[in-house]
Amino acid sequence: MNAPALPLWAEALIAALVLLGAGIALLGSLGLLRLKTYFERVHAPSIIATMGCWSIMHGTLLYFSLQGHGLAVHALMIALFVSITVPVTNIFLMRAALFRARRAGKDVPPSLSRTVAADERDS
Amino acid sequence: MNGPILSWALPAALFLLGVAMACCLVRMIKGPSAQDRVLALDCMYLNGMLLMLVLGIYYGSSNYFEASLLIALLGFASSTAMAKFLLRGEVIE
Repeated sequence: MNAPALPLWAEALIAALVLLGAGIALLGSLGLLRLKTYFERVHAPSIIATMGCWSIMHGTLLYFSLQGHGLAVHALMIALFVSITVPVTNIFLMRAALFRARRAGKDVPPSLSRTVAADERDS
Repeated sequence: MNGPILSWALPAALFLLGVAMACCLVRMIKGPSAQDRVLALDCMYLNGMLLMLVLGIYYGSSNYFEASLLIALLGFASSTAMAKFLLRGEVIE
């Protein structure tokens, strides 16, 4: 593509946004690598889905909007989709981990929902 | 091609995202439990999606946007399916 040259302030802004997003992605992944227990580790990648994804998305949006073909908001779709789906995945993973920790007899908080089967088992 | 700032900032961002994916890979290989591995895979597909977006800026092409959207969609589906499997022992009941 023979894109027109961007002005210097736009390049600096896009570079700052993209580097910030990449640095935050590295931070979240390092947290995933370094934290001790699973229930601490599950928090670390969430920052990638919020601030890392949003800053890189803003960099993409700025870059393609300044190409001269009008406002390019298609990158916003990815960020909105990720901000909807990542909490769902994280809640599922947390519930699965709690369920497996309870089954293994670890020291985790008990379940709050009292199902019929649990009542029968307790009595 | 890109100007003086973007021509070094974008490879640096690509390098940072690559290191982030390597961190996730280490956690996925040595993760003590199954949920650790699923979490690492989830984190890795987020990093890969961001890598695709940065590559789209790097090459100035909007084709990478579709790849990024596909990674986001399939990653969500696969992570949810694996979490459901960990919770119930089967994906579709």
